[in-house]
Amino acid sequence: MDSSMETPGVALAVKELSHSFGKRKALDDVSFAIESGSFTVLLGPNGAGKTTLFSLVTRLYNNRSGSIRIYGHEVRQQPSKALAQMGAVFQQRTLDLDLTVADNLRYHAALHGMSSRDTKSRIEIELKRAELFERVNDRVRSLSGGQMRRVEIAGALLHRPRLLLLDEPTVGVDIASRQTIVEHVHRLCKEDGLGVLWATHLDDEVHADDRLVILHKGKVMAHGNMSAVIDSTGVRSVKEAYGKLTGGGRA
Amino acid sequence: MTLVQYGRCFNGIFIREVLRFVNQYGRFFAALVRPLVWLFIFAAGFRYVLGVSRIEPYDTYVLYEVYITPGLIGMIQLFNGMQSSLSMVYDREMGSMRTLMVSPFPRWYLLTSKLLASVLVSILQVYAYLLIASLVFNLKIPVMGFLYIIPVLILTGMMLGSIGLLLSSLIRQLENFAGVMNFVIFPMFFASNALNPLWRIRESSVPLFYICAWNPFTHAVQLIRFALHGKFNLFSEAALKFSVANPTVLQSLLIVTGFLILFLACAIYGYDPSRGVIARRGGPGGAA
Repeated sequence: MDSSMETPGVALAVKELSHSFGKRKALDDVSFAIESGSFTVLLGPNGAGKTTLFSLVTRLYNNRSGSIRIYGHEVRQQPSKALAQMGAVFQQRTLDLDLTVADNLRYHAALHGMSSRDTKSRIEIELKRAELFERVNDRVRSLSGGQMRRVEIAGALLHRPRLLLLDEPTVGVDIASRQTIVEHVHRLCKEDGLGVLWATHLDDEVHADDRLVILHKGKVMAHGNMSAVIDSTGVRSVKEAYGKLTGGGRA
Repeated sequence: MTLVQYGRCFNGIFIREVLRFVNQYGRFFAALVRPLVWLFIFAAGFRYVLGVSRIEPYDTYVLYEVYITPGLIGMIQLFNGMQSSLSMVYDREMGSMRTLMVSPFPRWYLLTSKLLASVLVSILQVYAYLLIASLVFNLKIPVMGFLYIIPVLILTGMMLGSIGLLLSSLIRQLENFAGVMNFVIFPMFFASNALNPLWRIRESSVPLFYICAWNPFTHAVQLIRFALHGKFNLFSEAALKFSVANPTVLQSLLIVTGFLILFLACAIYGYDPSRGVIARRGGPGGAA
């Protein structure tokens, strides 16, 4: 039986995932799931293991124990099928500054084997949604930090993934642009029914109806709806819950 | 993934490589000027001291600038291969390497495509160099040589580039690249038959002669030399007479192909998500 049939609504299922570099345990028995159409914030201080988790889910390197499934496809065993369902925006800039927005996006599309006609129409659709279509032929260097991020998000969506991963996408972006990006991805999540995993160490990026995974020292400290996490921690806000569970937000 | 999609993927990687090259004027300029300067200096300075006697594949005594041209072509490819590896280390630090890695195509295909794309760019540089060398320095190159070298340049470029790819999987930081220049590019170039025939090196130092004889760069240059002069005859009787001092085409072809397979396999291993160096150390893009 095709494993993808078992869990149609689960975009990402991480189960009993552990990973270490030498003696240092970066992830320790991490389990959580993301439903398609839901926005999950992975909240944790620097060094909590967020980037390791992203590297494993995007198959930069493989997990030693536990499993990662994207729409039922185990990343280690069916990497091609798993990666085809996924779009990713990394913490570091991935755009080539000397090339135009279109050149960069065409490269993304080619890496997913898209035809030139499909690429053209998808670039138009995604850039219009990001309100950047008028910049399509500009060099990336001329864009602001926030605009570059929105171009990267557009690029990650070109091949119509059903799971979108974002690793600290608002780092180095001014407050107004940060707000725009947070709202933009929430809208994408609703419009497309995307499963979104948004990693951050900033608790003010969480919306009331988001789901929350709090990661600290490689362990999941809390997992669930925002209100459930607040209730179970016995505090009044996400900020307090985060502070309580991570010892003041420090690693 | 269908074959057409594999083709589109390679095409995209190739176009990006070309665009990056054309956009980096400095790199294009350096790639072109470096061998021309060397040609000028060496040819002018040494042509009377170091005229090269009759040796395969040349039919007559040749001028020094004719002798060193294959070596300079090799140098263009060597620099290009290393520069491409430099850009991969840079890409990795900057994160654009990850765009490549999250593609659903198999990783060996992505890495080999990237390698081949950069080799094709190096061939453009070789032609630009040959054109200027023929027009400005009046270098005599057989017309057919321009055609014969294409397949050879793909092979030698892949081999030299795969060394760069392997290094890029091992080097963690950009700063270490200066070491690569000192310990890889220069020794490979100077300890080879690029500037002197092997028999002449043997006259001055036997150990150096053996180092040169096993240097993969020597054999890359040897292949380019034979192809450029239309002497790429694999199945002649002479081709079977293997010799350390004057390797035959077949001999060099086997050695270059062997090194290509070895280096490429090691590089793909280095980038393997389960076993490679990156998997053990946690990079690229931050360890935690």
